[in-house]
Order: sequence, then C-alpha cells, then structure tokens
Amino acid sequence: APVDWEDVDVTPVKGPDGNFRLPPKIFDSMDRTKVGLKGPLATPIGKGHQSLNLALRKAFNLYANVRPCKSIEGYKTPYNDVDLVTIRENTEGEYSGIEHVIVDGVVQSIKKITEEASMRVAEYAFAYARDNNRDTVTAVHKANIMKMTDGLFLKCCRHVAEQNKDIKFKEMYLDTVCLNMVQDPTQFDVLVMPNLYGDILSDLCAGLIGGLGVTPSGNIGQDGAIFESVHGTAPDIAGEDKANPTALLLSAVMMLRYMGLSPYAQRIEMACFDVIREGRVLTGDLGGSSKCSEFTEEICRKVRESE
Amino acid sequence: MAFRRALKRLLQEIPNQGSRCYSTEARQMVTMIPGDGIGPEISQSVKDIFSAAGAPVDWEDVDVTPVKGPDGNFRLPPKIFDSMDRTKVGLKGPLATPIGKGHQSLNLALRKAFNLYANVRPCKSIEGYKTPYNDVDLVTIRENTEGEYSGIEHVIVDGVVQSIKKITEEASMRVAEYAFAYARDNNRDTVTAVHKANIMKMTDGLFLKCCRHVAEQNKDIKFKEMYLDTVCLNMVQDPTQFDVLVMPNLYGDILSDLCAGLIGGLGVTPSGNIGQDGAIFESVHGTAPDIAGEDKANPTALLLSAVMMLRYMGLSPYAQRIEMACFDVIREGRVLTGDLGGSSKCSEFTEEICRKVRESE
Repeated sequence: APVDWEDVDVTPVKGPDGNFRLPPKIFDSMDRTKVGLKGPLATPIGKGHQSLNLALRKAFNLYANVRPCKSIEGYKTPYNDVDLVTIRENTEGEYSGIEHVIVDGVVQSIKKITEEASMRVAEYAFAYARDNNRDTVTAVHKANIMKMTDGLFLKCCRHVAEQNKDIKFKEMYLDTVCLNMVQDPTQFDVLVMPNLYGDILSDLCAGLIGGLGVTPSGNIGQDGAIFESVHGTAPDIAGEDKANPTALLLSAVMMLRYMGLSPYAQRIEMACFDVIREGRVLTGDLGGSSKCSEFTEEICRKVRESE
Repeated sequence: MAFRRALKRLLQEIPNQGSRCYSTEARQMVTMIPGDGIGPEISQSVKDIFSAAGAPVDWEDVDVTPVKGPDGNFRLPPKIFDSMDRTKVGLKGPLATPIGKGHQSLNLALRKAFNLYANVRPCKSIEGYKTPYNDVDLVTIRENTEGEYSGIEHVIVDGVVQSIKKITEEASMRVAEYAFAYARDNNRDTVTAVHKANIMKMTDGLFLKCCRHVAEQNKDIKFKEMYLDTVCLNMVQDPTQFDVLVMPNLYGDILSDLCAGLIGGLGVTPSGNIGQDGAIFESVHGTAPDIAGEDKANPTALLLSAVMMLRYMGLSPYAQRIEMACFDVIREGRVLTGDLGGSSKCSEFTEEICRKVRESE
C-alpha cells in the first residue's frame, strides 16, 4: 500500500505555565497529512485523554463518527449476517457540555441541535451510502418526545433524502430500533442519528459482532479524518505479543477506502477475514492461542498471495 | 368432578389460618382498562385465569375513550380517575391512538394523577420461546417523570434549537430508593446505576450521587455503576451479568425496549408503573388490529403484568401459581398462539393455563 507513516507520541507535555498540554507536533502532523490512524490511549493523570479526542475533533472539525458493523465469520456471536453502519453526529446534541444548577437539588443539561450540523451529517450519511453501495439510510430519533430538537434533526434528514432519491430513506424511533436490533439486526443498513443515540447504538452494534476488539471506527471531518480502534489499552497483555490487531486493522482498511485506495483495502480486509474464518491462526480473544505476530504474519502471507 | 367442586366450596366456608384462607381474604378491587383492538380479548383471558386461580380480585372495567366536554374538546372520561382513586391499582391493555392525542394524554394524565414515578420491566427468558439469548433475568427500573422527557424545548435562533434535560435530587432519590426496595422484596442481588456522568457531569452526576447515597443505606444489596454505552455493549454479548438496573428516563426508555427484545419482544414482556398514590400495570405491545376479534391474540404480556400486579398487592402465592402455569404451557409447547409459534386460539391457550392453575391448588 502506497502509505508512509509519521509516528506521533501524544503524551501530554508540561507547558511554560505548568499545565499539561498536547504536544503541538500532533496538530502539525495532522495539518499536513489530513489523515490519522489512532490506537488506544490510556487516561493519563488529569484529563489528557479526553482532551486529545476533544482537541482533535475541534481542530479538524470531525463531525461524523462512523462504525461499520459486519459479522465476522469464524467469530461466533448470537447473530449472523449483521451488516450495518452507524453514523453518529459527533459535535453537538446531548454532549454540548452545557449544564447548570437551577436551585439546590435541581440541575439541567442542554441538548443543542442545529440545522447546520444535522444537514452536514445527513449529507455525509447519504454520500457514504452511495459510495459504499448501501441500500437504505434510516434516521434514528425520538421526535415524538423531543419535537423541536429531534424534530429539526429529522427534518434535515428528510430534506437530504429528497435530494438523494436513489437511496431509500426510513425513519425509526430509537427505542424501536433497539427492540428490533436485538431480535433481527439484518433489517438495518445505514443508520444516522444525533450524538447520544449514536454513542449508544454504535456500542450496541459493536456488541452484536463481537465487541470493541473487532470493531473499526472512523471520525470524518471537514478538514481531515481520523480512524481508530475503540478498545482499551489492555495493560495486562501489553508487550507480550498476545494482542489482537483486528480492530485497528479494519479501521486502517476504512482509512484506505477514505483515501481512495480501495483495491488495497479490499485485499487486506479479505486477508484478515480469511484468516479468522480459517480459524487456524487466532489470537487468544478470538479463541485461539497464536501470538499477535503469528496472526499478523498469516494475514501478510495471504495479502502477498492475493496480488 | 362435581363432588370435588362441592367439597372445595364447603371447605372454603371454613376459616383457617393456612395459606389458602380464601374465605377470610379480603377481596380487592382493581381498575381494568381493557383497551382497544385485542385489548378486550386478552383482558378477558386475564380475568378467566384469575378466576381459575381463585384470586381475590374484582374488576372494575373502565372505557377510556375520550369524551367530548362542554367546551367541545375531547377529554378523558372522569370515571377513570374516580375508579383509580378508589382502587389505587390498575391493569391496562393496549390503546389505539385516537384522533388527536388522546392516547398520549391518558398515559400522561395517569402518570401525573397518581405520581407514577418508576417504570419497571422484569425481563426473563421464557423457556419454549427461543431467542438468541438464554437465562436472561434482569429488571429495568426507569425514572419516569423527568430527565430528557421534561418537554422543555426552545428555538434559540433560526436553525438552532435546544431541549432541557432536568434531573432533581427528589426524583432521583425516590427511584433509587424504589430500586433497592424492589431488589430486597424480590430477592435480587445487585442494583446497577446506568448513567453517562462522565459526559453529563451535573445531571447524571446528581442521579449517580443519589444512587450512591441510597446504596450506602442498603448495604445488604450490592451496588454497581456502569456507563450506558458499556451496558449496551455488554448486554448483547452477555445479558446474564445484569440484575436490577436503575436509570434516568431516556436511558430507561431505550434499555427497557432493548431488554424486551432479548426475551422475545413486547408481546411477552410485562410492565408496571409504580407511583406514590397507586400503580398501573400494562402490556406495552400494540392493539394488533389485524387480528382483533379473531381469537388469535397472545395474552402473555398482559397476564405477566397482572402477575406483577398480584405481587404488588401482596398476593404472591396467586402470582406464583399463575406465572408458573403460564410458563409451563409455553414450555410444553403443545398449546401456543401464532406469535409463539403455535396455531392455538387465544381461548385455547387461556383455557390451558386455567387448567394448569386449577391443577396447582
């Protein structure tokens, strides 16, 4: 794959004022490359981890969080044939961070929905559907209860749907989606929704296919994109050649597609799925006893074979 | 058969201190809202099964079709409030959404009138009704008066709207206390508070603080905390790790439906709304107009809600017998309604449960 890597360590550094900040080099690098691939981060002393996600999101206007959830042959879960994508609006909604104490014992938090952000993520969802040969976009909402906020979100989705009539459009209440998702996830295709619902549904769907250890994730922005594994740092097995690289690899595959390098994405993804399906060389979490390096080498072998 | 019945009646006349003191048990009146569509059929099933069990429950049927007031507006008939005021306990079938917003108004009106603050859904796997999961046995307890459903929304400027999520110490303490009491009364092991206090520090933070406070006063029950997204991730991989879950309104809305899906959907899931001034138990499925009146409906959800109601009323032995009969029939699989995979009529399914209930005396 015609990709070169610029490694960046994002451990917070102490500034002149004594506060810890993200090192400037991460922003410099992303400014130049516009594309990033991120592994799991530990939460350092203070709130550095959160700040990194927040800082990156703001710096590159990462507005859509995308998680394709596809059942992996060879990794058994209660479900087969899951093949859906959650697209979550990632800048506003319930996570605006605006909270107040009204009086003692009464607090409120504000959920903000804007036409701008809703249109933007809706447009991305339909473009994604088209680019990836998906059939249907479903807007997930609770506009029966939150008439103005979810109502606005829904209105924007409907508007974009009108301009993308080659893609089917549906609307479904969030609770109905959850009820149906665990009974028959195959009925779902591309799902687009505001922030909190996306947080919930993307994790729910990751669970359907086997968890965060095998789920890819991408954050799309106006000024760049960052793809990342969303599992933890697994300190108990770190450095022991036991880790499973699947989640990060599949995120990198998403990245290749984003970069217009689909043939490479296809070969690598197929090699990864083949190895898991064949079941001979699997890491511990996938039910095998191979090392990370062995699993990796097996995928490399298949990739070379597929040229 | 006739002799046995006569003998039983004779014995019932003799007061005794045993567990089956029918004649000395006070009969309680319950408000029954049969509902629309399949509502009347499944309500009748419940009544028949209660009769077969000899449960000391009398029913006061109330039709909640909105009536036109003097001002020309449609309102709920006052008799529903009169009835519930007296009985304090209601059982409700599915309601169709009438012209206007009558349906929503009923739920809202009842909730406000009786301060129904906790929505409770026990989700237990049903043997004989296969889903991708076995051994689910959890309970979702949802705060039902505030949170994201406060209904307070504003337009800030054109294209920018906001809605307010309100969390109060009072409501959070109240539902947390209920959750621990429920856990104790039902021999449950652990209460888990479900939240997003990492993101919503003040609102979910307050909710969590209240749960922790109540946990401290109920140290015989284990207490855990878990992020909502983590709960969902884990729920679909291994729901057996969960016991009693307590959470604010929106999360409860989502999780209660998610969990209903795990055990087979709304057609088999019971639901109770607990208030300070009464309680209403209800099936949460639709009215199924396509099969209404055809003796095809499945009364399980309403029946299991009625079982919850019996426990609430302190009539656990009856609850136990009826619940067991219902589960036995489904497990045996000979007499099942269409949605459960069989071809029996509602009346046949009902009669089979009645038969088992009578046998279990």
